[in-house]
Amino acid sequence: MFSLVVSATNWSLTREEPFRFVGLANFAQLFGDKEFWQYFINTGYLMLGMPIAIAGSLCLALLLSQKLRGVVIYRTMFYLPSFTSGVALLILWKALYNPQFGPINAALGPIFQWFGGQAPEWLLSTKNLLGLHAEDIRLVWAQFGLGARDAMIFMGIWISIGGSNMLLYLAGLSNIPQELFEAAQIDGAGPWATFRHVTWPQLAPTTFFILVMSFIGGLQGGFESARVLTAGGPAGTTTTLAYYIYTKAFEEFQIGYASAVSWVLFIIIAVVTLLNWKFGSRETNDA
Amino acid sequence: MKETTATTSGRSGEWWFRKGRFGVSHLALCLLALTTLTPFLWMVLASFKHVSEIEGNLNPFPKVWHPENYAQVFKQIHFARYYFNSIFVAAWVTVLQTLTSAMAAFAFARLRWPRRDQVFKLYLFTLMVPGVVTMIPNYTLMVKLGLLDSYIGLIVPASFSAFGTFLLRQFMMGIPRALDEAAAIDGATHWRTFWDVILPLARPGLVTLAIFTFMGTYGSFFWPLVLIKSDALRTLPIGMLYFDSVYGKQTNLIMAASVMNITPLIILFVSTQKFLVKGIQLGAVKG
Repeated sequence: MFSLVVSATNWSLTREEPFRFVGLANFAQLFGDKEFWQYFINTGYLMLGMPIAIAGSLCLALLLSQKLRGVVIYRTMFYLPSFTSGVALLILWKALYNPQFGPINAALGPIFQWFGGQAPEWLLSTKNLLGLHAEDIRLVWAQFGLGARDAMIFMGIWISIGGSNMLLYLAGLSNIPQELFEAAQIDGAGPWATFRHVTWPQLAPTTFFILVMSFIGGLQGGFESARVLTAGGPAGTTTTLAYYIYTKAFEEFQIGYASAVSWVLFIIIAVVTLLNWKFGSRETNDA
Repeated sequence: MKETTATTSGRSGEWWFRKGRFGVSHLALCLLALTTLTPFLWMVLASFKHVSEIEGNLNPFPKVWHPENYAQVFKQIHFARYYFNSIFVAAWVTVLQTLTSAMAAFAFARLRWPRRDQVFKLYLFTLMVPGVVTMIPNYTLMVKLGLLDSYIGLIVPASFSAFGTFLLRQFMMGIPRALDEAAAIDGATHWRTFWDVILPLARPGLVTLAIFTFMGTYGSFFWPLVLIKSDALRTLPIGMLYFDSVYGKQTNLIMAASVMNITPLIILFVSTQKFLVKGIQLGAVKG
């Protein structure tokens, strides 16, 4: 009876089988596809916010790991965006970013004007902080500014900073033996030296885990925000690989081609996972 | 005598230093919490405003409060229906997934059968396969089974989870074997051991899994988006997306709908905080 249940579960989880219809022609087409490379770069650009978000989570965890009053209340507040994240919050950010009516530009507009500039167009603009051209890997001065991709990054940081990464860091911090801190104090180490030589190395396995998980998540990310906020625009600048697969499969019904893209993504993720296993075990041995 | 005063003053000096550092931490935490909460506050306040008051206006509070915005949402779209669908689907998935995961976990943790551990490894491997890769085959399978646009299509595929099985297996491994051996001596069947001995003891794990499953299903976006075509079966995220695209100019009503969308999550979160924080840290053990 249990094996029946197990086989049922296995069945529904290993549904990857019907991939047979993917021909090699799709892959050949894919590598010559300009759009594919553009969206590949987009995905990478959106992942640039990751290290900032992770560093932010670490800072929050460090602040919250002190014996302060009201820590639980702070933690609850920081966790709120990631717990309620979803379409409702994305729609909220769409309203916040609205260049004409949104509160962000209502607040920032005067500041930009004071400096003689214009308030950013956020989700309507292809500009970005690197000055990347919308379609090529070229840096163009005219593209420098704040645009849709940066808006996505800021929103992503806001959502994820107090989320599970912060909780993982908190757990990691509470696992560091207290003696290490005491020893550091006896050696006369200041807060920075303690962090540099005790906290950071002790947290290395946690950081490594978070980095790998975020990387894997980031490669597959950007679908919901693209679907709700921008429809992948402007000029395709917020289309990530995940959103590209969606549009190919469910709006253009090119299931075969979409599968090919998803396979390329899968192979990248599998490589990252294997590297994780290899280096991950080394990290844990060191710790 | 002198020495004692020196130590006391030294201590009080340290005390002041600590007090100061805690003050700075509190200040930093407060500012960060404010940044986190401001969008939420704006959303709630905007939901009570007249639409003309939202656009390009930084006035935090509405001049006249419009609670009727909330009633208006129910009039313009079938919001009650979406609400019901979301909760109905999420409740079913939660019950079924917790049950199937518990049964499979019991089989992997307690029963002896040939190649059990190999099957479990295979099972875990499905966790590594990213969602982006499985979504197309999952969808084609639903098409073949004729489950497009149905509750069953929403519920059944989500009712099995390798992660849930893994989580509960870890939990059950921690339950002393002596207990079910005693039950076996008393002549209990596997089923009775599972139901009367293991399940009650695995309760914390079951609750954690149930909360995460409910939350995930309630907010799930991609699957209902591709599966559901008729208005009567839309879940909240899909209903919100539709509302935003059709009535996008009525920011006040959209914010009212968003507030109502995330309210159940906030209630769930605040009432189950302790479980959740532990659960997330437990889930990370797999790294």
